[in-house]
Amino acid sequence: MALRDLSSSSSSPELHVLAVDDSFVDRKVIERLLKISACKVTTVESGTRALQYLGLDGDNGSSGLKDLKVNLIVTDYSMPGLTGYELLKKIKESSALREIPVVIMSSENIQPRIEQCMIEGAEEFLLKPVKLADVKRLKELIMRGGEAEEGKTKKLSPKRILQNDIDSSPSSSSSTSSSSSSHDVSSLDDDTPSSKRIKLESRG
Amino acid sequence: MICKNLFIGIAISNKLYIFFFSLLLPSRRVERAMDTLIAQLQRRFCDFTISLYHQGFLDDQFTELKKLQDECSPDFVAEVVTLFFEDCEKLISNMARALDQTGNVDFKLVGSSVHQLKGSSSSVGAKRVKGLCVTLKECCDSQNYEGCVRCLQQVDIEYKTLKAKLQDLFNLEQQIVQAGGRIPQVDI
Repeated sequence: MALRDLSSSSSSPELHVLAVDDSFVDRKVIERLLKISACKVTTVESGTRALQYLGLDGDNGSSGLKDLKVNLIVTDYSMPGLTGYELLKKIKESSALREIPVVIMSSENIQPRIEQCMIEGAEEFLLKPVKLADVKRLKELIMRGGEAEEGKTKKLSPKRILQNDIDSSPSSSSSTSSSSSSHDVSSLDDDTPSSKRIKLESRG
Repeated sequence: MICKNLFIGIAISNKLYIFFFSLLLPSRRVERAMDTLIAQLQRRFCDFTISLYHQGFLDDQFTELKKLQDECSPDFVAEVVTLFFEDCEKLISNMARALDQTGNVDFKLVGSSVHQLKGSSSSVGAKRVKGLCVTLKECCDSQNYEGCVRCLQQVDIEYKTLKAKLQDLFNLEQQIVQAGGRIPQVDI
């Protein structure tokens, strides 16, 4: 839903990104990274506030959703209260919001954590400190995902074929750093999120 | 706008004062003097920046922050580091208070505060501060009280040192701009 809205707007659509981080410094940096990459940015300091913004705060709140049009959610993992992972789960459980891509950021390169997030449907896992190149790559990934949905492309890209080859080896997921997780996801960019989950689970 | 026949120079901090009072000098001489001043300031800026990286005060994340600064956001780096130093003050104070409760130290609180500080120091490229946070976190995880106290003192000194150095760096930038020069790109 969110991605289709993108392609139906003007010729150079702006992504509206919701950035969630409890650190004031990190919020300022991620906001600037996104703005300089031509995105509209809303920042909030907690998972709870993010859910309120998205209209998921338990007050049957999907009424304001159509005006919000968040195209991407970028969230820190370790936050007091609702963690980034818990926020991800709540978003993917919501029929209204599950198609919005969610990216997790963390300062810690913990493999089980990364896998847990990807299995839950995260689009990408970024290691902090986040750099401009990360955001640019992310934006391309999200924009490509939107175009692919519109065009309903089914054919396999060369990356996808490579990914299938990797899939056949048992050690496919064990050597991942965040960059190879992103490679995994980028090869699946014309899938819907639910089939991403299925694909990842079959490897696990 | 500087009148060509009357030029008042700019005071440079750190014990070096250059004052130019050139009343009614031919404009060419004034311009040459200005160019020399700008070149000197730019030179100092480059050398100082490079030394900050080489001495481990800053790492490439600081370079990343500079990429985010432009005409639309000309003070971005200064704003972010200001927030960072405020964070340092607040978190160090929290940790000191926790460590003060001798016999009843809340190491969990110290741990979560140092985790936050490590995160923000990493985000601004404050390399030495971040390194000390790693050590402090280790002391905290092993509940090494003496280690925590010592390390926290070092973190305090380190962030204040960095703060002073960055203030000097920003002052140099300001002087270059006020003298009509461009802030040079420094390749580390």
